[in-house]
Amino acid sequence: MSDGTFEPKIVGFLCNWCSYRAADLAGSSRVKYPPNVRIIRVMCSGRVDPTFALKAFELGADGVLLAGCHPGECHYLEQNYKAMRRFSMLKHTLRAMKLEEERFQLLWASAAEGNRFAEHVAKMTDEIRKLGPLNWPRNWIEKGVGDKEIEKFLKEHEEAMEVPAR
Amino acid sequence: MKEKVGVYVCHCGSNIAGIVDVEEVAKWAGVNLEDVVVSKDYKFMCSSLGQELIEEDIKKDGLTRIVVAACSPHLHERTFRRAAETAGMNPYLTQMANIREHISWTTKDKKAATEKVKAMVAAAVERVKLQEPLEPKFVDVNPNTLVIGGGIAGIQASLELADAGYHVYLVEREPSIGGHMAQFDKTFPTLDCSACILTPKMSDVGLHENITLMTWAELEELSGSVGNFKAKIRKRAKYVDEILCTGCGICIEKCPRKVVDNVFEAGIGVRKAIYVPFAQAVPKYPVIDTETCIYFDTGKCKACEKFCPTDAIVWDQKDEIVEVDVGNVILATGWDLFDCKRIPQYGYGRIANVFTNLEFERMCNAAGPTAGKIFMRDGVTEPKSIGIVHCVGSRDKNYNEYCSAVCCMAALKFGHLVMEKTEAEVYSFYIDMRPNQKGYEEFYQRLLDEGMNFVRGKVADISDVPRLPGEEGKIVVQVQDTLLGKQRRIPLDAVVLMGAMEPRFDAKELGLKVGISCSMAGWFTERHPKLDPVATMTDGIFIAGACQGPKDIPAAVAQGAAASARVQGMIAKGKVMIEPIVATIREESCSGCRICNNLCPYNAIDYLAEKEVSFILHELCKGCGTCVAACPAGAITGAHFNNAQIFAELRGILYDAMGETERVPEPAVK
Amino acid sequence: MSDKGKLALYWAASCGGCEIAVLAINEKILDVANAFDIVFWPCVMDGKVRDIEKMPDKGLDLCLFNGGIRNSEQEYMARLLRKKAKVLVAFGSCAHEGCIPGLANMNSRDEIFQFVYKDCPSADNPKGVLPEVETKVSEGTLHLPFFYDTLKTLGQTVDVDYYLPGCPPEPERIWDAITAILTGKLPPPGSVIGAETTVCDECPRKREEKKIKEFKRTWQVIPDTEKCLLEQGIVCCGIATRAGCGALCPQVGSPCIGCYGPNAGVEDFGARMMTAIASVIDSNDPEEIDRIIQEGIPDPVGTFYRFSLAHSSLRRSNRAGNGKPAAKEEAEVSGR
Repeated sequence: MSDGTFEPKIVGFLCNWCSYRAADLAGSSRVKYPPNVRIIRVMCSGRVDPTFALKAFELGADGVLLAGCHPGECHYLEQNYKAMRRFSMLKHTLRAMKLEEERFQLLWASAAEGNRFAEHVAKMTDEIRKLGPLNWPRNWIEKGVGDKEIEKFLKEHEEAMEVPAR
Repeated sequence: MKEKVGVYVCHCGSNIAGIVDVEEVAKWAGVNLEDVVVSKDYKFMCSSLGQELIEEDIKKDGLTRIVVAACSPHLHERTFRRAAETAGMNPYLTQMANIREHISWTTKDKKAATEKVKAMVAAAVERVKLQEPLEPKFVDVNPNTLVIGGGIAGIQASLELADAGYHVYLVEREPSIGGHMAQFDKTFPTLDCSACILTPKMSDVGLHENITLMTWAELEELSGSVGNFKAKIRKRAKYVDEILCTGCGICIEKCPRKVVDNVFEAGIGVRKAIYVPFAQAVPKYPVIDTETCIYFDTGKCKACEKFCPTDAIVWDQKDEIVEVDVGNVILATGWDLFDCKRIPQYGYGRIANVFTNLEFERMCNAAGPTAGKIFMRDGVTEPKSIGIVHCVGSRDKNYNEYCSAVCCMAALKFGHLVMEKTEAEVYSFYIDMRPNQKGYEEFYQRLLDEGMNFVRGKVADISDVPRLPGEEGKIVVQVQDTLLGKQRRIPLDAVVLMGAMEPRFDAKELGLKVGISCSMAGWFTERHPKLDPVATMTDGIFIAGACQGPKDIPAAVAQGAAASARVQGMIAKGKVMIEPIVATIREESCSGCRICNNLCPYNAIDYLAEKEVSFILHELCKGCGTCVAACPAGAITGAHFNNAQIFAELRGILYDAMGETERVPEPAVK
Repeated sequence: MSDKGKLALYWAASCGGCEIAVLAINEKILDVANAFDIVFWPCVMDGKVRDIEKMPDKGLDLCLFNGGIRNSEQEYMARLLRKKAKVLVAFGSCAHEGCIPGLANMNSRDEIFQFVYKDCPSADNPKGVLPEVETKVSEGTLHLPFFYDTLKTLGQTVDVDYYLPGCPPEPERIWDAITAILTGKLPPPGSVIGAETTVCDECPRKREEKKIKEFKRTWQVIPDTEKCLLEQGIVCCGIATRAGCGALCPQVGSPCIGCYGPNAGVEDFGARMMTAIASVIDSNDPEEIDRIIQEGIPDPVGTFYRFSLAHSSLRRSNRAGNGKPAAKEEAEVSGR
């Protein structure tokens, strides 16, 4: 960040019981990993609504990480399977919308897997750093024309309307 | 009304302040974040002085929301909630930003760390403004307890609760309680007679006024939640009237149908179609196995009925569903033996004189099918040499990675019993010897002295095909002796496979019924592997004994006692708190599409057919939020984790993601 | 002129169905004519934009605006009518959330032009002429509106007072809205005028708990007439779509495709569909789940965002080369 190179901003949705504790463990074991992931705690990966990921991209995130307990080890028995299904569904849609694979990832990490969490974040950060910024809202800005040009077109319409009909 | 937010950034000594410019963060938050009226940094926020700082500011400045940027909420969320509560604020109006575990301890880049802290603080501030006051609910705890599984762990738990004066419903799948321990002859390392120490406890259970014993029964359904469960128990028909039956055993004697007993006798003994598994069974009443009973097969026989002196045989008995109300449940369902046939190169099932450990236990048992005599499969020849193979299906990536914990000691016990009862030479094939409890190492030394042979190495193959002279008619164990550093072929008369302890075949199914999870290996998951070994993630459900993981008798007994103590604690307290973090369906928005109906593993979602809407029972809801995320109509909200709160958190966390000028206004649609 | 209110209707990027829908209120159109002077309705009667321009601001009592904003002329009209109308209503799915024209946001302007003017089998354009904003001819310069890369909804262009969803809105709902406007019984500005629940509420099909092993497309199955279509594997958007249509499609065995948009309070329609139907997929095996989804839903954007892509969180597909900081954009065009 300090030397001006691109540092991605990744939003991590972590479940309270496994993956958030994995991130806690990574910290308490002083495992170092890139400071690019910003964590939002939810009770279960099953709480993660596709809207959360979409919203994160809409607000300018370069990547979204969804993390939960390992399949079969969910604190809420089997809710991470629902997270798995939704991830697969959203991934399918985001692929169609030409979002790069690396920008939306799923990780299973148990409370004991601080290292696994840290390694995954490091890998994901690296992958997204290579891709460059996403800046999704830039997609909405008219390419090659700024707001000024749009205003110019609008002015032209106004003038065109002033020409008396023949 | 605008909220007044107080932001407190903790130094945690140098743990945070060493990496993060905490002063700068506190200053920045005070200036840049809307509605922040107090923003401070402090050495140790969790200290009593730190907490008082918050309490004073709440009173002095009328703060309505608190953000503490410090360690993980798993450590101190309660601390700061309590501080807020002391100052008269609802505890759920506080929020922590985890800047130690998630930031200062994970990076050395001070600038990046400070920037990340700002984002996390911004997120917490945005979120906390939308948090709502929540009130926990309290419910009374029913003092009755359901114990599932009548092995030694379940027996211990039941007796301790019953002795403390609380009623216990003990449910056992087999006709008698006793579990695996009842199958054993001696117990290591003291070599007490298993029956001598177990059967008095069994009869205590049978006679205890505070224990309702239900054998030949299984849990059908568990509903409700901590403090107030409702259990439906299926009592299978025994075809024996327990009031009339005196347990005299004449029916068993007269029954003409002998069948191989695959459960209690591990397949090497027989029982009748009407039977008790063993002489000291509790209860003493027999059951009729309809699969093998001649009457149920052909409609003729009824020998038992003819000879019963009290007319206790009832042919039209039906399965009965008993409903009981309990406050807590203890699962002590034990373990199943690894199917040794899964390792074909070990020859079990193919080579007659390869035995499993349970078969061998029964053979050693004085009350077993051979009256305690150690024979080959023919039932008459005494073996001259016996090999005991450790870790069959455990410590093996192909089957189970875990160590079954008891086999080393059981193998030593077998070695001792063989040498005591026969002239045979005994070989132990082990990977590592793990006698690691009180008196165990001494027992190992004793066996070394007694002359048991130990070969360190994993057995590759057990074969009855002779390759070398002297191997004819023998079973040959091929093993890499890692101490000698060479392959050995050892011809033996019989081999005992120390099969692994595995989770019960239906453990997962039972786990789902009561709402607890299993580990990858299939054992029930405890709340904390070290600090909370008998509680589970579901309040009011406890686990004890081998259903939690392989363990020996002393450990199972300790867990049974521990679970009972935890339950007694719940009963003594009398009330239990129910977290207010639950989901709610807005009835007017629910179209009754029923997407959510299948999603709740706790059955907290009900469909009200007459209104055509779904409904969430708050007592059962555990607050995971899966249904909230699934509702296509957006009709379900999750307390403390609602969409607005999480969107606000996202806006904060990404406050610096796009330049101000590029920020595109939100669409105005509501 | 009478003291009746002044009404304008306008048609931007849409098919014209909404214009017909206004007439589908049948004889009640006479009541509308009794209440309003229709001063501007290009589809139906002659009128001049200049007349509107010369009106005082807020001189129109009501403007029903249908269609999304595809080009600069439509944006101009949207801004003009916003300025002149007391109440601006985004009428129908296109103005509300982009609708089918919004699906073009899966492509760029260049791709759209390339297909429409060159590659399309029916294109007869040997010289490969493409629309230009300015064209010099001997008589002077001709102007065409500037065609946007991304279609916007009316709400993304100007402040909208009310939204009337539907492709097109059902006559009863149009009449309800007009009545509400006439009587002043309106929800807070910015709201959608409509129900607060979804199509299932109006659907007579029998619903059970859901488990889906396979998604089927409509041509693959003759649906049972009683059972919920979704339970038969047909992706029916009725679960997530705002009620108001009377469940017309599912009643005749055709799945709801979501034209009424998301329910009240929902931001992203597609996300609701994705999460709901993914949740009830009957498998815990990641590979099987992928297979069920990929085989069953070959066109996810067209399925989940058929009407709402322009209005969704992401609004459009990711453009190649997007994301480079503006200054570097020129230098690194070929970067990705």
